[in-house]
Amino acid sequence: MADRIFKRSLALSGFLVCLLLAAIVLTLFWRSLPAIQEQGFTHIFSANWEPNMGQFGSKPFIWGTLITSFVALLLSIPFSIALAIFLGEYFKKGMIPSFVKSCIHLLAGIPSVIYGFWGLFILVPIMRNVQEFFGIEPFGVGLLTASIILTIMIIPFSISMAQEVIEMVPNDLKEAAYSLGATQYEVITKVILPYSKSGIIAGTLLSFGRAVGETMAVTMLIGNSNVMPSSLWGPGNTLASVIANEFSEATHSLHVAGLVQLGLILFLLTFVINLVGKWILRKLKHELNP
Amino acid sequence: MIQKTSLETLLIKNYLFKGLIVFLSLLMLLPLLFILFFVLKNGISQLSWAFLSELPKPVGDTGGGVLNAWVGSLLLLATTSVLSVPLGIWVGIYLSEARNSKLAFCTRFCVDLLQGIPSIVMGIIAYIWVVVPSGHFSAFSGSVALSLLMIPLIVTATEETLKLIPNTLKEASLALGVPYWKTVLKVLVPTGFNGILTGILLSLSRIAGETAPLLFTAFGSPFLETSIFKPVQSLPLLIFNYATSPYEDWQRIGWGASCLLILSILGFNILAKVVKRS
Amino acid sequence: MIFSSKRLALLSLLAMLFTYSSSILGLELLGAGATFPYPYYARLFSDYAKKTGIKINYQAIGSGGGIQQLKNKTVDFGASDTFLSNEELGQMPAETLHIPTCLGAVVLSYNLPGSPSLKLTPDVIADIFLGVITQWNDPRIQALNPKITLPAKKIMTVHRSDGSGTTAVFTSFLTKSNPNWAKKVGEGKSVKWPNGLGSKGNSGVAGMIKQLPGSVGYIELNYAKQNRMPMASVKNKAGQFIEPSLDSVSAAANEAMPNDTRINITNSGAKNAYPISTFTWLLVYKDLSGLPKDKAIAVKNLLTWIVRDGQKYASTLDYAPLSKSAQQKAEGVINSLTFKGSAL
Repeated sequence: MADRIFKRSLALSGFLVCLLLAAIVLTLFWRSLPAIQEQGFTHIFSANWEPNMGQFGSKPFIWGTLITSFVALLLSIPFSIALAIFLGEYFKKGMIPSFVKSCIHLLAGIPSVIYGFWGLFILVPIMRNVQEFFGIEPFGVGLLTASIILTIMIIPFSISMAQEVIEMVPNDLKEAAYSLGATQYEVITKVILPYSKSGIIAGTLLSFGRAVGETMAVTMLIGNSNVMPSSLWGPGNTLASVIANEFSEATHSLHVAGLVQLGLILFLLTFVINLVGKWILRKLKHELNP
Repeated sequence: MIQKTSLETLLIKNYLFKGLIVFLSLLMLLPLLFILFFVLKNGISQLSWAFLSELPKPVGDTGGGVLNAWVGSLLLLATTSVLSVPLGIWVGIYLSEARNSKLAFCTRFCVDLLQGIPSIVMGIIAYIWVVVPSGHFSAFSGSVALSLLMIPLIVTATEETLKLIPNTLKEASLALGVPYWKTVLKVLVPTGFNGILTGILLSLSRIAGETAPLLFTAFGSPFLETSIFKPVQSLPLLIFNYATSPYEDWQRIGWGASCLLILSILGFNILAKVVKRS
Repeated sequence: MIFSSKRLALLSLLAMLFTYSSSILGLELLGAGATFPYPYYARLFSDYAKKTGIKINYQAIGSGGGIQQLKNKTVDFGASDTFLSNEELGQMPAETLHIPTCLGAVVLSYNLPGSPSLKLTPDVIADIFLGVITQWNDPRIQALNPKITLPAKKIMTVHRSDGSGTTAVFTSFLTKSNPNWAKKVGEGKSVKWPNGLGSKGNSGVAGMIKQLPGSVGYIELNYAKQNRMPMASVKNKAGQFIEPSLDSVSAAANEAMPNDTRINITNSGAKNAYPISTFTWLLVYKDLSGLPKDKAIAVKNLLTWIVRDGQKYASTLDYAPLSKSAQQKAEGVINSLTFKGSAL
């Protein structure tokens, strides 16, 4: 009897979690409806963000989000693969890998707002000097600065993904290659990397999802401009940073609805990215461990 | 002859590649050192008893501390734990026990999705669910937002820990006639206690640094608050406001608060490691 | 086991009771809004708390935020540098009153080597923010400042990223004085800035200007003074270049104030007036029945204190105090506050 109640309560808790997610999605849709109705569905993707006029074109922010996250991803791939190989192949045991792993853990634990603070005082002046050197408007803040800080922030995440995948490569495959006289370099580049390719891609996608949702460091370093970004060196805005800036003082409920609309777009974006990434990873795990 | 040169090139490539990997790896560690160095250098001089025990002063007055911020952070963490840990553990138990049911599959899917939702979206949700109907900002609404972020973390930690426990333990307990619910709650969960506690500590260290969901829920306050039904200040919120201000005094306090926050997170992590090993 | 669920539940219940009970003791008011008068309010509220024990939690989230939070009834009072238009008043759930607390100046501050004192005209300012004038050593700026060598640097404009009364005042001035601006951008708490960086709050904009060489932005006088940042003298409607100061701001307030105190004093025609001046208001509902009685009384007392005793703090922080007539009008508005039908 008690067992039945117990099992039911467990199932109930699981159901509650599903309900929670459903409630979140419904809330996002319901509360953004006024804004979508006001401007029409197609206008959501226009570049005109003017809350006072009931215009909630999200294109500048979708672009800002995609650009910064994508650049961050590109910049992080060589580092995350390198570190995954470092830990997975070259230095598997001993003090060096545990030191490096602790460092990566630490990097992952630093809060976003401290990244932003540091970026504001250290990275931005450096960027300004670089921009002056190239004769570009030395804003210091901007899309590229935000992308760089994002790179540093997602590296720990993409390393753990890549490492997990590289460790999944079956040992007999590697040993077969070694016994055929291959060097470590060849085994890595010709066996391990191609084998874990789709896994690394999946891990990359999941890191992309993380980057897309980052708020604080981005809002402090991106320059907060609501028009379509004209260059990587200039200011922009992401979905998350606009919400952070404008939510607490949205002047009318329609404005709030417009910001919830951005939250909805952000949610859908991360939803799709995570879904695809997890699906690839799951398929890979099944292939390697039948 | 041809064999020898190609072997040489192969060996050179081998070493060059290894060198490249090591170089890139060390390069990645540089920003970490950079950041920690600056936070410690600028912040550690700020840490004093006065800093920890005083309230912030109005703009223009020097001195003041971050008492309300770290007490607020603790209040938020405590309330968040109360809201999310029991539910998280329960769902974690469910997922590790009922592995094949459809509801379990759906739950796992939902937990995965919840984990991927950006923290600012959770802030919006908490604003709509708690702040608007209650009519005021509060630590409670901030905790709701943080709980939504913490629940998936606890679920995953619990599920992973319990999955590692060998099945033989459960089977032995059941074979001895212990009812199922007692087996789970009084045998399995205590066995996995360390792992679950580690998971809780690591989640707390993650949540301690969250700012975005608190911007329009906990809202911030210049006063020391101990009530969860009032707006409350937290360390990350204070850092955000002070870092972007023009006042050098505030910026100094911001570095001090950053130092305090990082040391606390470090503390959580070390504690988690200690628990894991014991 | 220390962490038995029963004990945890009991502990958390006790903790909740403790925290809930401590909220009943000690009166606290919650306000939100403009960052423009924040240094003034921070000082006012801190001293008021010392005097009366009533704590006031004021969050400087921008005028737009203050109005929104008041509308949502999540705060006891709002604060804004721009008064609600008739249309906005209609959108509030109940009749809303404006109580002016002081005057201030929106100054053009910038980051140039040597921090020179520049002279600027409305047209030049408009064209800088429109992106028409892009270099500091543009002949038009140079012509106004013949004795200063301006660098061949690009101008980077900084504006508010949040809904701001300061923005509303600044753009109101530009709209009145420059028809091109009126057509292209207009005025409001949030406008579509054609270029430049955004930052949150007066404090964020000041912080950005201070850090970014070659930048220019609009902030409240106290922020510039506190941070030793240079300010421009602006040519007013009467043709004089006026430096922002207490006196020039008070000179701009030399117009008849309506009984509801809603007046826009930008682009004043008075001879010595600084053209980008403004009153700043606290906003409350006329009928305070939504609050518990002691809070309603506390609000009225606070407002009365601010327009009377609180005025002496204004000038120490470079805000202009209310003139006698403005004070009278303000007290008139405060006296019209009601509670459950009768006067408070």
